[in-house]
Amino acid sequence: MQRLIWVIGAIAALAAVTVLNSMPAPEAASTGAARAQHSLVLTGSSTVAPLAGEIAKRYESAHPGTRIDVHGGGSGRGIADARQGLAHLGMVSRDLKAGEGDLTAYPLARDGIGIIVHAANPIANLSKAQLIAIYTGEFGNWQALGGRDAPITVVHKAEGRSTLELFLAYTGLKNSETRPRVVIGDNEQGIKSVAANPNAIGYVSIGTAEYDIAHGAPIRLVALDGVAASSEHVRDGSYPLARTLNLVSAAPLRGLARDFVEFARAEQTRDLILAQYFVPLAQ
Amino acid sequence: MPARNYLSRDTAAAALVWSAAVVVAALFVWLTGDIVWRGAAYLTWDFLTAAPQDAGRAGGIGPILVSTLLLLAVCLAVALPLGLGTALLLAEFTVEDTAFARAVRRSLDILAGIPSIVFGLFGYVFFVQVLGLGFSILAGGLTLACMVLPLLIRACEAGLRAVPHEYRQACAALGLSRGAALRRVLLPAAVPGLLAGAVLGVGRALAETAALIYTSGYVDRLPSSLLDSGRALSIHIFDLSMNVPGGDRLAYGAALVLMLLLLIINATSAWLSRRWSQGRIVSV
Amino acid sequence: MISSSPSILSPSRSDALLRATLRGCAAVAGLILVFIFLFLLSAAWPVLREAGPWRFVTDAAWHPAEGLYQLLPMVAGTLYCAAGALLLAVPLGVLSAVFLRFYAPRPLAVVYRRLVELLAGIPSVVYGFWGLVVLVPLIAAWQAPGTSLLAGVWVLALMILPTVALTADAALGAVPRDTLRAAAALGLGRWSTVWRIALPAARAGVLAGVVLAAGRALGETMAVLMVTGNVVAVPDSVFAPLRTLAANIALEMAYAMDLHRAALFVSGLVLAGLVAGLMLLAARLSGESAHASA
Repeated sequence: MQRLIWVIGAIAALAAVTVLNSMPAPEAASTGAARAQHSLVLTGSSTVAPLAGEIAKRYESAHPGTRIDVHGGGSGRGIADARQGLAHLGMVSRDLKAGEGDLTAYPLARDGIGIIVHAANPIANLSKAQLIAIYTGEFGNWQALGGRDAPITVVHKAEGRSTLELFLAYTGLKNSETRPRVVIGDNEQGIKSVAANPNAIGYVSIGTAEYDIAHGAPIRLVALDGVAASSEHVRDGSYPLARTLNLVSAAPLRGLARDFVEFARAEQTRDLILAQYFVPLAQ
Repeated sequence: MPARNYLSRDTAAAALVWSAAVVVAALFVWLTGDIVWRGAAYLTWDFLTAAPQDAGRAGGIGPILVSTLLLLAVCLAVALPLGLGTALLLAEFTVEDTAFARAVRRSLDILAGIPSIVFGLFGYVFFVQVLGLGFSILAGGLTLACMVLPLLIRACEAGLRAVPHEYRQACAALGLSRGAALRRVLLPAAVPGLLAGAVLGVGRALAETAALIYTSGYVDRLPSSLLDSGRALSIHIFDLSMNVPGGDRLAYGAALVLMLLLLIINATSAWLSRRWSQGRIVSV
Repeated sequence: MISSSPSILSPSRSDALLRATLRGCAAVAGLILVFIFLFLLSAAWPVLREAGPWRFVTDAAWHPAEGLYQLLPMVAGTLYCAAGALLLAVPLGVLSAVFLRFYAPRPLAVVYRRLVELLAGIPSVVYGFWGLVVLVPLIAAWQAPGTSLLAGVWVLALMILPTVALTADAALGAVPRDTLRAAAALGLGRWSTVWRIALPAARAGVLAGVVLAAGRALGETMAVLMVTGNVVAVPDSVFAPLRTLAANIALEMAYAMDLHRAALFVSGLVLAGLVAGLMLLAARLSGESAHASA
C-alpha cells in the first residue's frame, strides 16, 4: 500500500516541480504568453492562421531554438489577445478600424471573400442586389435566379467573424436582417456545408475556396457583379469584396517579434502565400 | 386473468424487448463498424508517431498523442490527491451530517452535473487569464481536474465505504492511529474503488473536447513544456471533421485511435480492480 | 455509515495534521463550484450591468453585435434537443436493460452488456463526427440540408442511451431475487414480472440514470454543434435548425469581444443554472443525496 502512496506523492512532486520550472518569471507573469525570448504566440483570424503556421514552421527551421505558436480563433480574438498581451502578435483578416488606433498593422497579403455554390449549381454570376435578396430570404428558390426549382440553403457565418463583418459591410445588411438556414464558424466548415448540399450558398475566403477546389471539393466560386472571384482580381483590386491580411501588435515590435514580422513580409514567404491561395502584396 | 391472455401479451412484450435490443445493437454496429472500417487503414506506427501535415490532411497524430497524455497526467496529478483526500474526509473522518460535509457533498453533486463547456469557460477565465497560464497544457489539465474531481471522489468514497466496519474496529482495538489505520488497512482495501475512479476520470478527460478548446488550445505540435499549448486527440477529431475539407479520412483514423485508447483503459480498469480485490488486504 | 462513529479509531497527534490536510482538500473540492459561479458571474457582469438581466428574455433576437441578447430561443433549443433525446433513449435504454436482466440468454447478456459499456465509452466528439458524416447526409437526402433538430436528437439519444441502459441495468440487478421468485411463484408471466414488480422496484435507480442522462443531454456541446445548423430560432419542425446554449458558447466565444463575450458568459450561467436546478430537483425527489446513491 505504501507503494501507492509513494507513487501518488511522486507524481504530485513531479508535477509541482514541472510547474515551478515552467512558471513564467515574475515580471512576465502577468502575461502568460510573453514568457521567454525564444518563443512567440500568435492568435486570431482563422483565415490567416494556416498561412502564419506555415511561415512559423519555416522560421523555426531557419532559427533553431525558437518556437512560434499559432492559434486560430478569429480576428476579434487576435485584436483582444494582442491588446491584453495574451499573444505577441494578433492575426487580423481585415483593415484596422477607427477605434483600433492603439494597434499597428503589418500587412502580409490580400484576400477576397468569394460567394460559393455547389459545383452542380448552374448559377455563374450574382449581382449585389441578388445576393442581398438571397440573404434576406426574399429569394427562397433558385428558380427566381434562373436556376433549378429548389429551395436555397443559405449558409451564414456566426457573429464576430471578420468574414461576416466584411460581408455585411459590402451588402449593407444588418446581421438581424439575414435569414440563414445554417450558421457556421470557420471557412472550411462553410466549404464543407456547401460541398455537401447542391442547393446551398455561402461565402468564404477566396484563397481557401481555391485551395479546396484544387483539392477536389465540389464547390464553385460565383462571379460578383460580373467580376470573377479569383486571386488575380483580388490582386488587381477589381474584385469588390476583398481585404488585407494583417499581423497586428499593441506595442512597438522588439526582438523575436520584429524579426518574425520582417521574415514574414519578405520575399522568402511568397511561395507560402501562393500555396495558401492568398495574394502576395505588390512587390 | 386467463393464462392465455398473459401468454399473448408476454409474446408481444418479448418481441418488443428483443427488437429494442436489436435496434441498439444495430446502431452500435453501424457506428463502430463505420469508424473501424474507415479508420482501420490509418492504424499504423507511422500514423501514431508522425506529426500532422497540411492542417491534418496528411501525416499522423504523434504530437497530439503526447499532448493528450500530458493533459491527462496534469489532470490526474492534481485530481488524485485532492479527490482521495476529500473522499477520506467524507467517508472516514466526518459524521455524515456535519454542515461542512453536507455542503461539500451537495456542492460536488452539482459539480458532477455541470456541463463541460461551463468548465471550459471557467478554465478560460481563471486558469488562462487570471492565473496567467495562457493557452497551455497546464491550464487544460487543471480544468479537466476540476471536471473529473466529483467522479473521482464518488468512486473513492464508494471504495472506502465498501471496506467492512470490522476492519476499523480491529484497528482501533489494536491501538492504531487513524493515519496508520488508513495506510495499512483502509486504503489497501479501498484500492479497487480508487482505481475504478481514476480510470473513470481518465476516460472522461480523454473524451473531453468542449472544456479544452479555450484552455489548452489548438496547436498541433509537440509541446516542450506544460506552459505550451497542446491539441488533445478529441479536439483534433473535431477540427479535422469541422474545419478541414478532406480531413474526414484522417478524422476516422484519429477517432478509431481514441476509441481504442478508451477501450484499453476500460479493460485495464476491470482487470486491475479484479486483481487488486483478490486478497490484497490479507497480504499487507 | 461507518463515519457516524468518528471515535472508533483512536486519536493521536499526527491524526490532527492528517485531519487538517483532508479538510483542506475537501474545502478546495467544495469551493470549485463556488469559484465557477463567481468567475462566470464576474465575466458576465459587464453586460448584466450595462443591459440588465431582463434584456436576455425581452430582446427581439440574439444579435450581440447589434446589442440584442435574446437567449430564450436557445433555451428552447436546448430543452427540445434534450427532451427529444430522452424520448428516444429512455424507452430504448430501459428495454435494453430489461433485455439484459430478463430476456437474454446468459452468454448473450454478457456480450450485450460489454457492447453497451463500449458504447458508453465512445467520446461525444466521435458521436458528433459520425452524425456529421453519416446522419446529416442521410437526413439531407430526405429534407435538405440535414443539419437539424432531428440530427441533434438522434446523436444525443445515441450518446445518452448507454447511460440510461447501464444505470437501469444496475437498478434492476439490485431488485431482490426473492421478490422476483415470489412473482414467478404467483404465476406471473415474464413481462408482468418486469412491468409490475421489477421496474417499479427499480424506479429510483432508473430515474437517477435518466436525470444523469438529461444532464448530459442539456450540456453536450460539440456533438450538437456539429449537427444542428446553429441558427438561433425556435425550431418549428424536426428538420429545422436550432442552436443550444452550449453550442452558442463554443461557436461564438473565440470571436467574441467586450459585451458579446460577457453575453456568452450569461449563456453559460443560464446553462449551468439549468443543470444545477435539475440536479437539485433530482436530489430532492429521491429524498436523499444523489451522491450516496450513485
